[in-house]
Amino acid sequence: MSEHQKETDAISGVETTGHDWDGIKELNNPAPRWWLLVLYASIIWAIGYWVVYPAWPTLSGEGVRGGTEGSFGWTQYEQLKESQGEIVARKAAYLTRFENASFADIQKDEGLYEFAQAGGAAAFKDNCATCHGTGGAGGNGYPNLNDDDWLWGGSVDAIYQTIRFGIRSGDDEARFSEMPAFGDMLSADEISAIASFVVQDGTDDGAGAQAFADNCAACHGDTGTGMHELGAPNLMDAIWFYGGTKADVMAQIRKPRHGVMPAWEHRLDANTIRELAIYVHALGGGE
Amino acid sequence: MLNKHAVVEKNSFLMLILIVVVISIGGIIEVLPLFRMETTIEPVKGVRPYTPLELAGQNVYIREGCYNCHSQQIRPLRDEVERYGHYSLAAESMYDHPFQWGSKRTGPDLARVGGKYSDLWHVQHMEKPQNVVPESIMPAYAHLARKGAALNEIADDMKALRMAGVPYTDEMIENAYRDALAQAQLDSDGLDGLIERYGDKVIARNFDGQEVTTELDALIAYLQVLGTMAELKDYEPEGGRK
Amino acid sequence: MDKPDYNDEIVKKFTIATIFWGVAGFAAGVFIALQMAFPELNIGEYLTFGRLRPLHTSAVIFAFGGNALFATSYFVVQRTCRTRLWGDGVANFTFWGYQAFIVMAAVGYLTGVTQGKEYAEPEWYADLWLTFVWVAYLIVFLMTMKNRREPHIYVANWFYLAFIVTVAVLHLGNNISIPVSLTSTKSYSVWAGVQSALIQWWYGHNAVGFFLTAGFLGIMYYFVPKRAGRPVYSYRLSILHFWSLIFIYIWAGPHHLHYTALPDWAQTLGMTFSIMLWMPSWGGMINGMMTLSGAWHKLRQDPVLRFMIISLAFYGMSTFEGPLMSIKTVNALSHYTDWTIGHVHSGALGWVAFISFGALYHLVPGLWKKEGLYSMKLVNTHLWVATIGIVLYIAAMWVSGIMQGLMWRSYDDMGFLTYSFVETVYAMHPFYLIRALGGLMFLSGALIMVYNIYKTICGDAVPSTQDVKEPVHA
Ligand code: HEC
Ligand code: HEC
Ligand code: HEC
Ligand code: HEM
Ligand code: HEM
Ligand SMILES: [Ca+2]
Ligand SMILES: [Ca+2]
Ligand SMILES: [Cu+2]
Repeated sequence: MSEHQKETDAISGVETTGHDWDGIKELNNPAPRWWLLVLYASIIWAIGYWVVYPAWPTLSGEGVRGGTEGSFGWTQYEQLKESQGEIVARKAAYLTRFENASFADIQKDEGLYEFAQAGGAAAFKDNCATCHGTGGAGGNGYPNLNDDDWLWGGSVDAIYQTIRFGIRSGDDEARFSEMPAFGDMLSADEISAIASFVVQDGTDDGAGAQAFADNCAACHGDTGTGMHELGAPNLMDAIWFYGGTKADVMAQIRKPRHGVMPAWEHRLDANTIRELAIYVHALGGGE
Repeated sequence: MLNKHAVVEKNSFLMLILIVVVISIGGIIEVLPLFRMETTIEPVKGVRPYTPLELAGQNVYIREGCYNCHSQQIRPLRDEVERYGHYSLAAESMYDHPFQWGSKRTGPDLARVGGKYSDLWHVQHMEKPQNVVPESIMPAYAHLARKGAALNEIADDMKALRMAGVPYTDEMIENAYRDALAQAQLDSDGLDGLIERYGDKVIARNFDGQEVTTELDALIAYLQVLGTMAELKDYEPEGGRK
Repeated sequence: MDKPDYNDEIVKKFTIATIFWGVAGFAAGVFIALQMAFPELNIGEYLTFGRLRPLHTSAVIFAFGGNALFATSYFVVQRTCRTRLWGDGVANFTFWGYQAFIVMAAVGYLTGVTQGKEYAEPEWYADLWLTFVWVAYLIVFLMTMKNRREPHIYVANWFYLAFIVTVAVLHLGNNISIPVSLTSTKSYSVWAGVQSALIQWWYGHNAVGFFLTAGFLGIMYYFVPKRAGRPVYSYRLSILHFWSLIFIYIWAGPHHLHYTALPDWAQTLGMTFSIMLWMPSWGGMINGMMTLSGAWHKLRQDPVLRFMIISLAFYGMSTFEGPLMSIKTVNALSHYTDWTIGHVHSGALGWVAFISFGALYHLVPGLWKKEGLYSMKLVNTHLWVATIGIVLYIAAMWVSGIMQGLMWRSYDDMGFLTYSFVETVYAMHPFYLIRALGGLMFLSGALIMVYNIYKTICGDAVPSTQDVKEPVHA
C-alpha cells in the first residue's frame, strides 16, 4: 500500500493529508494561530524571566549556587528577609519598647501587655498546647497552668526561667530535681501509711505523718505544701498531676515519674519566650 | 516541514532515537550540575551520618509511610520559619537515601521536630495521637512499642549506605550493634564508644521507657535528632543584593 | 482491504485487568479518603494511611492506568499498522509479568516494604522485574511498528512510543539503588538529599507527563476520531505539539521543589518550562475537541463519546491549573496542601480515568464480538454519577487547600500567627467528608460500568435494553 489519495473533507471543506489508518484520516489544517502566538509569547516571557532571575547552571560552577545570578540579585533567602521585615514593621509600634521593658513595666503598660498576651497566646497554641492542652488545663502528667499552684514558682521570672531552659530537658541550665524511688527503701506498710497521710483519708494513726517528716519533708516541706526551689509539688491541696487517689500516690512513692518539659531557648526567639511568660503567668493567676 | 517529518514517520527506529535525544536534554542540564557538591550543598558544620539506632528509626519512618503526611523541608517563607524554625538547608538531608522532603503536609513539618517534645510525649503520641492531641487525624502506631528494633543486621544497612556514599568508617560498621544498644540503654558501657564515633551531641536515652530496645526507641531517637545537627546560628546564605 | 488476524486475546486480558484494578484502586482511594475524615479507620498495623496511600496511587496509576495503556496500545498499534501484534509469547509475558509486578508492589506496601519514593515505592527486586517486563513491552511495540503495512506511523503510536521509552529511562534513573543483601527486601537509593529530590521529581513529574499524559493522548488520538467518525483536526498541530510536549515536559520537574533547598536556578527552570508547557499540552486538547467540529450532534446521541470529550475538558483544565501552580508565588500557597490533591484528581479522575472509560466502552463490544453495549442508559448514568463525584472532589479540595494555605500564613494585626497547625487540620474535616462522598460516587459509577460490561460480555440478550443506537463506523 502506498499513499492514499488526498481528498477534501465534505463537512469542513479542508483537504486531508491522504493518510488513512483503520479508517482514521487527518485534516491538513494549520495549527491555530492563537495557539502559536501564545506559545511564542510564553517563550519570550521565559527568556525575559531568565535574565531577571537566577536561571541557568553555569559551566564553570560560578555564580550563586552554581547558577546565573539574575539582574537584581534575587534569592529566595533575600525574599524571606524582606517579607519578615513586613511583620517586624507591623509589630513596630510595640516591639522596641517591648524588647527594652522589664516584665513589671510590661504588666503596667496596657498596650505592651495586650501585645504580650496576643503573642503568647499565638505561640502557646502551636508549641505548648500539645502537652498542656488547648486552654492550658494540662492533665495526664502535664501540669495545669490555669491554677495558681506552681511546681517551680509562679512569678513571671520563675515561669520565664522554666520556659527558657525547661525541666529535666537536658539543657545545661534546666531545672532539675528527682524524687527518689522509695520502693527500694521503705516497706510496703510504710508506703501505704505515708500515702494515707498524704491523701488525708483519715486512716493514718501518726506513723504516716512521722515517716513523711523523715523521708519527704526535705523536699515537700514540713507541712507538705511543697518547695519551688526543688520543683516539689504541694501535696496538701487537691491539685494533682499524676493523680490523687491513694494508689496513684503509692505508685509515685514507689517509682516516681520525672516529667520532662523541653527547653525553648533555642527554638523560639527571645521575645516570644517573654511573651509566653507573661501569657502563662496570666493564665494561672500567677504569684 | 511536513515532508521532512515524513522521514521520521516512516522509520520507527529513527523516531525512537529522536525521542530519546529530545527527552535527554532537559534532564542532563538540570540534574548533572547538582552533582557539583560544593555549589549545591552549603558549608555548614555539624551534619553527621545517622547513628545505627537513628538509621533503624528512619527505616521505620519510611516503612510506615510517615512521609505521606509529613514534610521535612521548611521553606524560606516567613510563616514557616516562625512555625517550624530555620529553613532547611541542602546539607541537612545529604545523608538521607532517599530524601524525606515529602510533598504533602497532612501533619506538620518534622524537619526540626527534634527536641520539641519529650520522649514520653512521643511514646504517648505514637500509642494513640488523639490522647495528646484530640483533633489529630494521625494513625496510631501502637505496634512499634511491642517490636524489637531490627539491630542485628543494621551493620549491613550501613555497608550499603557506605557504597552509596555515606562516610561510615570500618569502626562504625564493626560496632554498629553495640552502638545501637548503647544509645538506647544508658547502663551499657558502650556509651563512650558511641560518643567517640558520633560526637558528644548524640542523644542517648531509654527513649520509650521499656527495658528492651524497640522500634519505638529507634523511631524516637530518629525524631529527636531531626533538625538538630546543623549549626545554624551564624549561617549566612550565599548571594543576595549587590 | 484485508484485515490481518489481530491478536485480540491479549487485549481482552488487559481490558479485564484494567477494570479489576480500577475498582480496587478507586476503593482504596475511598478508604483513605474516609481515613482522613475518620482516623479510627486506621486499623492495626497493616491498614494505616501511610501504607495505604501508596497502595492507592500505585493501584490507580500503574495498575489501572498501566493496564489501560497496555490494552489500548496493543489494540491501536495493530489496527493502525495493519499487522498482527509481534510475538504472542512475549506479549503474554508482558501481561502476566506486569500483573506479577503489581502484586509484588502491593504486598510490599502492606507489609512495609517500600523505598519511600512517591510513585516509585516498589523495592529493588520489583523494580528489576518491571525492567524486564518493560523492555519486553518496548520490543513488542517496536517490532509491531516495524512490521507495519502502512507507510506512515500514526500519531497515536508516536505518543505510545514516547511513553514507553521515556518511562523506561525514568524508571532506570530514579530507582538505582543498593540492596542491603541479595536476600533482603531493603535497598538504599544511591541518590541522597538534593540530588535525590530533583531526580525523584524529574521522575515523578514525567510519570505525569509520559505515563498519565503522553500515553493517554495515544488513547485519545485513536478513540476520539474513531468514535466521532471524523478526521483528526490538524496533522501539523500533531507534529508541533508532540515534539514540543516531550521536549518541554522533561524540564518542569523542579516545580515540585519550589522554595526548597534546591538551588534557585533550578527552580526557575522548572517554573518557566512549566509555563511554556501550557500550549504544547493544550495542543492535544485542541486536536481532540476540534476533531468533533461538524459532528457535535453526536455528543447528544453517544454517551461514550461524551466521556471522551469531558475528559478532554478536564485535561485542558488541569494543564491550565498546572502551569498556574508552577508560578512560585502561587506554589508558595498551594504546595503541601489539598490544592495539589485537587489538581491531581482533576487530571487523574477527569482526564485519565474518563478517557479510559470511554476507550473501554468502545473496546468491549468489539473484542467480545457483540453488537453493542448492554445498556447505553447505564453508560449515561455512569457518566453523570462520576462527573458529579469529580466536581465534589475537586471543589472540596480547592476550598480546603486554599483555606489551609491561607490559614498557615495568616498573621493577625499585631503580627502574630493566627492559627496553630491543628486548627487547620480541624477546619478541613467537612471538606474531607465531601471529598469522600465524591469519591464514593466516582466508585459507584465504576461499579455501574462493571455491571454493564459484565452484562455485555456474558449476557445473551445484547443489546436488548439499548435505547440509544451506538454509532457504527466503517
Ligand atoms: C513535651 C511536652 C511539653 C511541652 C511541649 C511543653 N511543656 Fe511545659 N511542662 C511539661 C511538663 C511535663 C511539665 C512539668 C515538669 C515536671 O514534672 O516538673 C511542664 C511544666 C511547665 C511549667 C511549670 C509549671 C509549674 O507549675 O511550675 C510551665 C510554666 C510550662 N510548662 C510552660 C510551657 C510553655 C509556655 C510551653 C510552650 C512554649 C510548654 N510548657 C511546652 C511538658 C511540656
Ligand atoms: C528529692 C526531693 C523529693 C523527695 C525526697 C520526695 N519528693 Fe515527691 N516529688 C518531688 C518532685 C520534684 C516531684 C514532681 C515530679 C515531677 O515534676 O514530675 C514530686 C512529686 C510527688 C507527687 C506527685 C504530685 C502530683 O501532683 O501528682 C507525690 C504524690 C509525691 N511527690 C509524694 C512524695 C512522698 C510521699 C515522698 C516521701 C516518701 C516524697 N514525695 C519525697 C521531689 C521529692
Ligand atoms: C494520616 C496522616 C499521618 C500519618 C500517616 C502520620 N502522621 Fe504524624 N501527624 C499527623 C497530624 C494530622 C499531626 C498533627 C496533630 C498531632 O500532633 O497529632 C501529626 C503530628 C505528628 C508529630 C508532632 C509534630 C509537631 O510538631 O507537633 C510527630 C512527631 C509525628 N506526627 C510523627 C509521625 C510519625 C513518626 C509517623 C509515622 C510512623 C506519622 N507521624 C504518621 C498526621 C499523620
Ligand atoms: C501542563 C501540565 C501540568 C503542569 C505544569 C503541572 C504542574 C503541577 C504542579 C505545579 C504541581 C504541584 C507540585 C507541588 O507543589 O508539590 C503538580 C502536582 C501534580 N500534578 Fe500536575 N501539572 C500538569 C498536568 C498534570 C496532569 C495532566 C496530571 C494528571 C493526570 C497531573 C498530575 C499531578 C500529580 C499526580 C501531582 C502531585 C505530585 C505529588 O506531589 O505527589 N498534572 N502539577
Ligand atoms: C474514587 C476515586 C478516588 C478517591 C476517593 C481518591 C482519593 C485519594 C486520596 C484521599 C488521596 C490522598 C490525598 C492526601 O494525601 O491528602 C489520593 C491521592 C492520590 N490519588 Fe487518588 N483517589 C481516587 C482516584 C484516583 C485516580 C483514578 C487516580 C489516578 C489515575 C488517583 C491518583 C492519585 C494520586 C497521584 C495521589 C497522590 C497525590 C499527591 O501525592 O499529591 N486517584 N487519592
Ligand atoms: Ca527502651
Ligand atoms: Ca522503586
Ligand atoms: Cu509536575
